[in-house]
Amino acid sequence: MAQLLEMRGLTKTFGPVVANDNVSLKLDAGEIVGLLGENGAGKSTLVKMLFGIYAPDSGEIFFDGQPANISDPGDAIAQGIGMVHQHFQLVPPLTVAENIMLGAETVAHSGVGAFLGRMNVAEAEAEVRALSEKYGLHVDPSAVVEDLPVGVQQRVEILKALNRGARLLILDEPTAVLTPKETDELLKVMRALADEGVGIIFITHKLREVLAVTDRVTVLRNGKYIGSAITADATQQSLAEMMVGRSVVLRVDKGEAEPGAPVLSVQNLRVKDDRGSDAVEGMSFEVREGEILGIAGVEGNGQREMVEAITGIRKVEGGNVVFGGDDFTNASPRSVSEWGVAHIPEDREKDGVVGNYSVADNMVLNTYFKAPFASRGIRVMSEVRKWALQLIEKFDVRPRTITSPVTSLSGGNKQKVIVARELSADNRLIVASQPTRGVDVGSIEFIHNQLVHQRDAGKGVLLVSAELDEILGLSDRIAVVYEGQVVETLAGESATRERIGLLMAGGSGDS
Amino acid sequence: MTSPVTTDPEAGNQESSALAAGLRGLRLPIIAVFLAAVVGGILLLISGDNPFSVYAAIVDESFLSGSGIGRTLEKATPLVLGGLAVAFAFKAGLFNIGGQGQLLLGAAFAAWIGYSIGLPTVIHIPFAMAVGGLVAALLGAIVGALKAYRGAHEVITTIMFNFVAGNLTDYLVSRDGPWNDPEGGAIARTPRLQDSAIIPTWGEIPMGFFFACFFAVLAWWLLNKTTFGFEIITTGANKHAAKYAGINVNRIIILTMAISAFLAGVGGAVQSQGVFGRFEASNNTGLGFDGITIALLARTNPIAVIPAAVLIGGLNASTTRLQQDFRIEPEVVSILQALILFFVAAPSVVRYIVRWKGLDDAEDIQLTGGWGS
Amino acid sequence: MKDVKPVTLFFAVVALVLAVISYQWDGRQTEAVVSRAVVEAGPLLLGALCGLLCERSGVINIGIEGTMLMSAFAGFFIASYSGTVWLGLLGGLAMSAIVGLFLAWTSITLRQDQIIAGTIINIFALGFTSFYYIQGRTMPGVPSVSIPFLEDLPFVGPMLFSHGILTFSAMFLVVVVHLFLYRTRWGLRTRAIGEHPSAADTVGVNIISLRYRNVILASMLGGLAGLHLLQSASSFQRGMTNGKGFIALAVMLFGRYRPFGAMGAALLFGFLGGLQAQLQFKGALDIPPQFFGMIPYLLTIIVLAAAGLAARPPAAAGTPYEGA
Repeated sequence: MAQLLEMRGLTKTFGPVVANDNVSLKLDAGEIVGLLGENGAGKSTLVKMLFGIYAPDSGEIFFDGQPANISDPGDAIAQGIGMVHQHFQLVPPLTVAENIMLGAETVAHSGVGAFLGRMNVAEAEAEVRALSEKYGLHVDPSAVVEDLPVGVQQRVEILKALNRGARLLILDEPTAVLTPKETDELLKVMRALADEGVGIIFITHKLREVLAVTDRVTVLRNGKYIGSAITADATQQSLAEMMVGRSVVLRVDKGEAEPGAPVLSVQNLRVKDDRGSDAVEGMSFEVREGEILGIAGVEGNGQREMVEAITGIRKVEGGNVVFGGDDFTNASPRSVSEWGVAHIPEDREKDGVVGNYSVADNMVLNTYFKAPFASRGIRVMSEVRKWALQLIEKFDVRPRTITSPVTSLSGGNKQKVIVARELSADNRLIVASQPTRGVDVGSIEFIHNQLVHQRDAGKGVLLVSAELDEILGLSDRIAVVYEGQVVETLAGESATRERIGLLMAGGSGDS
Repeated sequence: MTSPVTTDPEAGNQESSALAAGLRGLRLPIIAVFLAAVVGGILLLISGDNPFSVYAAIVDESFLSGSGIGRTLEKATPLVLGGLAVAFAFKAGLFNIGGQGQLLLGAAFAAWIGYSIGLPTVIHIPFAMAVGGLVAALLGAIVGALKAYRGAHEVITTIMFNFVAGNLTDYLVSRDGPWNDPEGGAIARTPRLQDSAIIPTWGEIPMGFFFACFFAVLAWWLLNKTTFGFEIITTGANKHAAKYAGINVNRIIILTMAISAFLAGVGGAVQSQGVFGRFEASNNTGLGFDGITIALLARTNPIAVIPAAVLIGGLNASTTRLQQDFRIEPEVVSILQALILFFVAAPSVVRYIVRWKGLDDAEDIQLTGGWGS
Repeated sequence: MKDVKPVTLFFAVVALVLAVISYQWDGRQTEAVVSRAVVEAGPLLLGALCGLLCERSGVINIGIEGTMLMSAFAGFFIASYSGTVWLGLLGGLAMSAIVGLFLAWTSITLRQDQIIAGTIINIFALGFTSFYYIQGRTMPGVPSVSIPFLEDLPFVGPMLFSHGILTFSAMFLVVVVHLFLYRTRWGLRTRAIGEHPSAADTVGVNIISLRYRNVILASMLGGLAGLHLLQSASSFQRGMTNGKGFIALAVMLFGRYRPFGAMGAALLFGFLGGLQAQLQFKGALDIPPQFFGMIPYLLTIIVLAAAGLAARPPAAAGTPYEGA
């Protein structure tokens, strides 16, 4: 088919960081190209230049054989480029039809209504309906977006792009938030769109999906173009090596677990979410000393609320949280952490660090009031500095300075600050939520080893992660959650990706 | 990314770099005051006055003569406390815009203790101040609790309490009220305070000013050296992380508002006990809002509040002379203040007008962060 | 209208029934209270619409108080010197547009803390209007309109159909703002940039220019609120807003950021104000006037405590837009 897009030698720098270094990519109409790379490899930067969000420092973009002049997203859309962002660009309180027509509204055609821009909602909804039937993307145009499941919201995003006549569709990590079943549906939709002649750039770091749906793959690493491959000729192993730059160990090295007494016992837990609806509906599980319990499940099935309830941050509506035999239901966060619970929170920028505080102050964020860091309510800064210097050395935080504000650190180093703080205290239970999200490979390995090390030291580890590979690689037992309940608990060695995938999607797992 | 493996080069000379940072921090407020004077001068020209002679009169009246300095410090005393109140609340991410009401309560209740009971001076002065401060602190605690537990934004509640406190104190000293001075006739005021409750002056300099400076140092120490201060600043910097770190954020919000209001209340008490010798509602207008300008001019640093308050106090002390010599309404001071506030709060404008390279690091201050904070 | 909730309807019916019973009992008093309620509600409603439109666009405006004061000041003196009330009204609107431009510039372009920006407006307005105030001037009155026949209706006549033009404009503008916000392209885009600006940006909506336009338009509604005070007081006084700009914010919150919600809340405040005035005037209750004076402010605090958590502000309100 005809060439749709060529990006030639694109370079983009942010201050001293080279996000894209002389990167090229080609795409034909009706073709699906996988853009593969790790977090921070420069995938998003590349497509944001194509979509007019960033201006490239150098390099050229040809669309339809013509030099494309794209200075903002409006230009991109006008030329037929659509993008489904990683964070949905949907306005939650508006309806599906309103979201789809935003920016290109269906208004009255004549008279005063046209002058005032009166919207014709019925006509807009009919258009959406027609479009969704054409591509098999079923949605209710009058539904309010925030009431829809994530998979459906994504369909709305795709429809939004198609409604503007997109011939090139950029999907930025579209499967990160989907169940395996929803993922399969999306892959089918992508194939159908390609058959209609739409060119698709599919950004992901999941090899399985790349092999399942793409025609060709382009791999980026550290902002550099590494190479391209015809998907039919590639294997998981060959792509992984291109992506990481060395042969990867897909399973974490760890010995046999020696579980002891229960350290955390959650009984019939019930918790509400921010909007007051039930998020955790009768969850029960146990974490024992010297074991890692992995919580598998698609995000938004009550994991976040469960963790916040255990750590005392969110109110428990029913059931019990028991630490080593003592009831801590609705205890304060302080008393939970004093009992010996370490918490690596899911949202590290928001909940884990104080950005404009120094590394040193962040290292004592939950111990600042205790000896030796304070004496009779007065802070002892010399002790704080001494402690922080020790920790940055031991946990390899870079750069090696304790006075710079944490905001100036990279994502991986921010996470190391949190991990250092939480794992160096004398704890009995570690609650780790998405501990390696957005972290570079080196740091991921480091953090995984630390968690295993804690287990081997006889502590209980509760690991919550949306990355199935992380769960499978680390856990001694795996509890799968779906709609606020534990649907099944499996032994780590007997668990397979397929079985967990089925359970995560609400299937029975036995069929 | 480079990763120099060194052992913390900044650790050794922290004291000197703190001083340098402090000096650098002075530039923005100074330029802001200068720019405000320029724009204010234009407004004066519009109303037909010569800005140079007006400004010269202000400096001469408030800062050059002995009695003038005394008057300036007298005016500055409640302003130091009012500015501290605003600055202290900002540290926890709270905007206490209700200094006015808190100050009125403090002034009225201190006056009540001052005239109605007899005590030895060493007890009477601090006791009256404490009662004034604590009544205001109670109001602050209510504001804090409404914010912490009901999400009622402090900007609106404190403003509303200004009107409530205004009406309440009006009533207390009105003819039907319990604290009315029967000799006052039509003027609503309390009787004169007993001598034992009056804060003395030291030559031209009112002793109350030293009380105020003492509170400024105390506030600085509390915020920067104690674990309680760390909890306050952490709550202000990132409420979520504070909660995750085990800090009881609701308690901090309530306590911070109470302390903030206490400071404003003491500011009112000093007015009654040191300046007027009684409480009269009309004596205290506008002081609460001056605190906002002062706190921002000091960039929320408690020690810097002192010179900022002296500057604004000097402006306020010159109004009588301006009215006599130039027939300028005293509100010209409010206009100058709003202009100072604007330039201090918008460093980007200052940077645009004054293109000094070194000013690039004058960070913008996002203090309140909208309704959610 | 499809977006009227049953609860709202219920309260409306209860209010109406109470009003009718009260009218049967003492017609004259009831008319006086209700008519006054409508007049008192006017500036609060216009002020709330100002705040609502700003926040729906993603800009917090706590400078409504100052906007009202500036507009009333300009309106009064222009009307006074020109002798034409219409010129005064136009001048007031122009002044509030300038204040709106300032708020837009500081909060959108300079990305300054929006609550501080509003505070600057309030402090400046109080200083400016007092500084340039000249005593002893008068202005021609703002015309009233009585709608023939309708005004003769018992009870509803004097209540709804015989008021100053600005009171009518308040009622009219509620409908206009509602229709525009929910039925037009402009409204859709406005709601989008207040909730999720980058979603609007990525489909080509110019956020900066739309926010500018909306903040200026909204400030003109705030200006109308100030002129409405002038209509009732018939002259300018120093600090004549007396916190009404802040009460308007409470009205906006209580009305859950919806025009008709704001109208309901404004009428509630207006009614209590009217009741207070009538009782005080009659000397019906032996309570010091200062305690009456506290009522609207205490009520605002109670309303905030009750509604504060329930009203969900537009997600982007208070956050300057930095780009997608």
